Amino acid sequence: MLFDHKHLLGIESLSKDDIWTILDTAESFIEISTREVKKVPTLRGKTIFNLFFEPSTRTRSSFELAAKRLSADIINFNKQFSSVIKGETLKDTVLNLEAMQSDAIIIRHSCPGVPKYISTFCSSRVINAGDGAHEHPTQALLDAFTIRQQKNKLEDLKILIVGDILHSRVARSNIFLLKKLGAEVVCVGPPALLPEEFKHLGIAYDYSLDRAIPGADVIMMLRIQAERQQKNLFPSLREYRNIYSLTQKRFRRAKRNAIIMHPGPINRGVEISADLADSTKSVILRQVENGVAVRMAVLYLLLGGKERENTD
Amino acid sequence: MDSRKIRRSLHRMVTEIIERNRDLNSLVIVGIRTRGIYLGKRVSKMIKEMENINIPVGVLDITLYRDDFSELEAQHIVQKTEIGFSLEDKEILLVDDVLFTGRTIRAAMDSLFDLGRPKSIQLFVLIDRGHRELPVRADYVGKFLPTSKREIVQVHLKEIDETDEVLITEPVEST
Repeated sequence: MLFDHKHLLGIESLSKDDIWTILDTAESFIEISTREVKKVPTLRGKTIFNLFFEPSTRTRSSFELAAKRLSADIINFNKQFSSVIKGETLKDTVLNLEAMQSDAIIIRHSCPGVPKYISTFCSSRVINAGDGAHEHPTQALLDAFTIRQQKNKLEDLKILIVGDILHSRVARSNIFLLKKLGAEVVCVGPPALLPEEFKHLGIAYDYSLDRAIPGADVIMMLRIQAERQQKNLFPSLREYRNIYSLTQKRFRRAKRNAIIMHPGPINRGVEISADLADSTKSVILRQVENGVAVRMAVLYLLLGGKERENTD
Repeated sequence: MDSRKIRRSLHRMVTEIIERNRDLNSLVIVGIRTRGIYLGKRVSKMIKEMENINIPVGVLDITLYRDDFSELEAQHIVQKTEIGFSLEDKEILLVDDVLFTGRTIRAAMDSLFDLGRPKSIQLFVLIDRGHRELPVRADYVGKFLPTSKREIVQVHLKEIDETDEVLITEPVEST
């Protein structure tokens, strides 16, 4: 059970065993967050930069807490208050942080591929916290962790991913991960928001939530990403809501013990009705809770132990 | 050391525990992964048989507290710490199979103090093989086993190794 990667850039490059290693390790970290002293000394003396070029509440604070609970020093970098505004390039910014002896850089950026680019010249560990519409690996890992916690398995579960698949890095990472672990994945949404690129992975597509929902074990709702929506890819928000919003009436047709997930932030009354979001079937806050343990596991696996060379 | 000798040692040590701890009700057992857990459970069972008192047993994983962490070849697998009771004001019996450098015990004590403030910690080991690097001593010792530093002491317990025995082996030379 060895995790032999230098960086965490995406789910696509991980093996099934790598994923299990992260999930099993996260299992051991859950208990630490329930202690009175929520801290272990494992990563004492390590320096981590949280480099966020896009807004985020959950992911950023989750990584920050994960690092702090492992006793690492973490510095938050905010685009608005940085020299990026003064015209510094991304590469220069990263090289400057490296000059301050960073051990890991957690990066979120609106351009796909930025984490990979940084990893080509950077000696720190690079962790992708979301790059454009490409990947958001830790979100998919915490989703898988939450599903396993609720269902005790991932194989053969029918998992619906509903909404804007095209612009969603969460959906992409989840599709890679869930397929690797043997789940049945159905993407549901308006035709213009369902990219064909996953067909070869054996993903099913459906334009109707009503048709797809019977037999579903897990329903993962996504937000309509207004900030990435330059063209009108569906007629109107009202129509979208009529066809794709998860309501009590629709949810009743899923499996009796089905669960509702959402990576957040949720838009109440758009993709999910407010009463469902707060119901016992929703594990949305559990996902957030598990996120800290999963990110602790990732930091531990990448930063714990000796320097390893020539990997990844 | 064969299973008969292990059983006799455990019996003597448990008697010592009962003698020294007048109030067994405040005693709790914490076993260090992996073999300390099974020894701890045996001790608890023997106290139950002799005194009819239930002593709870918790499990401690010290991976995250190791001081040789950054020198390890690769990651150690972290496992769960499962202590289902409060340590506040308790007399802890910390159980491990082999006492060697004392570093494991140092890590275990750091970990315990993050979980609560016990009244005292007593150390229980089946084998004390010497070569301490830290000022640690055990309160209950099954057997002192003089070894050379390069020898390997292996404790096998039937719960996971099929048989009860203690073996001293020479390291296999890698060529």
